[in-house]
Amino acid sequence: MKTSKRIVLRFPQRLVDRPIVYHLIRDYDLAFNILKASITPDKEGLMVLEITGEREAYDKGIAYLNEAGVKIDALNREVTRNEHRCTHCGACVTMCPVYAFSIDEESREIKFDAKKCIVCGICIQGCPPRAMELHF
Amino acid sequence: MQKTLEEINQRIKEGKAVVLTAEEIVGYAKEKGLKAAFKEVDVVTTGTFGPMCSSGAYFNIGHTTPRMKLGGGRAYLNDVPAYAAFAAADLYIGANALPDDDPRNRIHPGEFNYGGGHVIEELVAGKDVRLEASAYGTDCYPRRRLSSYINIKDLNEAVLFNMRNAYQNYNVAINLSDKTIYTYMGVLKPNMGNINYCTAGMLSPLLNDPYYRTIGIGSRIFLGGGVGYVAWQGTQHNPGVARTDGGVPKGGSGTLAVIGDLKQMDARYLVGTSMLGYGVTLSVGIGVPIPILSEEILQSTLVTDNDIVGTVIDYSSAYPNLRPGAVAEVTYAQLRSGKVHINGKEIPTASLCSYSRAREIAGKLKSWIEKGTFEITSPVAPLPGIDSGLSVRPFNERPIGDSNQHLL
Repeated sequence: MKTSKRIVLRFPQRLVDRPIVYHLIRDYDLAFNILKASITPDKEGLMVLEITGEREAYDKGIAYLNEAGVKIDALNREVTRNEHRCTHCGACVTMCPVYAFSIDEESREIKFDAKKCIVCGICIQGCPPRAMELHF
Repeated sequence: MQKTLEEINQRIKEGKAVVLTAEEIVGYAKEKGLKAAFKEVDVVTTGTFGPMCSSGAYFNIGHTTPRMKLGGGRAYLNDVPAYAAFAAADLYIGANALPDDDPRNRIHPGEFNYGGGHVIEELVAGKDVRLEASAYGTDCYPRRRLSSYINIKDLNEAVLFNMRNAYQNYNVAINLSDKTIYTYMGVLKPNMGNINYCTAGMLSPLLNDPYYRTIGIGSRIFLGGGVGYVAWQGTQHNPGVARTDGGVPKGGSGTLAVIGDLKQMDARYLVGTSMLGYGVTLSVGIGVPIPILSEEILQSTLVTDNDIVGTVIDYSSAYPNLRPGAVAEVTYAQLRSGKVHINGKEIPTASLCSYSRAREIAGKLKSWIEKGTFEITSPVAPLPGIDSGLSVRPFNERPIGDSNQHLL
């Protein structure tokens, strides 16, 4: 049975220069698609992969990654707010289809409720100081 | 009874001045009564923070070796074109400038992620900015090309000069059409889907001094986190518009041209801003102190969002076609409540300028005055008032016919 999953891999510093994904693909006969990768030599690496293959091979591949010391998470896209860039203007308030933004009556600052967010991304280009960011 | 500016400045110097923000004064005067409040209060501070498109900065880069005459040549800062039409080493960058290769609205709505406003923000933040310039050579200025990083700390003068800021009230925007529109007033949903507004209301400088009794040319102000001055009335200064009984203009009215040392400023109050489908601009923080010289002046600072009326304009048709006609009039108290009712429909509202940061600016200016580091100046000349006869004219278009052979 074929399976296809999106996963987030976090490589600790000691693994960054090892050919782990190469082995994953070759030794377990999996196809992959890189959705995002940021790997800096001598630092932590992050990779978002879509992996497709036989269920058994997929499970063995994940076991291999675990054993190698790679941290694995299911893909979780989320929109976050860069607090340094947000000016609390409020342009996002009516733009958001699910009302994830609201105005605090006291401080007049804009509150962002990430739990309400459906990750549609409308606010990302709509935010005048570009404070909203999409993360994998 | 009157107070003089000298008395107020003396108290500021002694650290004894009583300073309240334009929000605080309302409750204070209510509690104490106008007469008692007038005796006690020296200064009321105002603040506003929002996109102000007619902003820009000029600076002098110093002379290169060999010398180069930028004037009449071309110059780019982080790929954004600057105006090179002055002497050898001076440049001006406008907030709305875009890189030549920005796709604009070719794929609508354009993103407009980077432009002149962002260059100004990065300069103020102390970041290196790429300068690339070309020019023609002369005997005294032979150099023709320059490609170098520049940094604000190395510039001889770096000056923010905004030809129109701090609008005294402004249009409230709505969309009567059946498709989403992308405007400088933000994204407007079809069929009156939302309303956007853009003023600091009761904190806004010119709404607290509606007849320009204390704010004039030469007034010292908070500008972009530093100290600046009112240089002139802003372009499109239009004091004669319809006003409420309290003197509050019902639409865009007075404006300020402001100037200040960019090197003192803070990127928290000068933020590069992108309006989807419209362009780039600069969000500017301005605060103006109002010396309480008379009860009349104090009375004007007691304005609240209930007293300020905004005119709702259709940005799908009336605005672009320069057609008069208002959809409705609403108060800023209604707008700030998050929804207004027009023609029986409940419409959500949003602001494009930051009320919390406007409040922060009024508070910061208050603390400068309380500490004795910021004295109030008397204007050297007044802004044109309601009796000046000054009003904004639309463009007087005189088409050039085909018979004008000399142009061909």
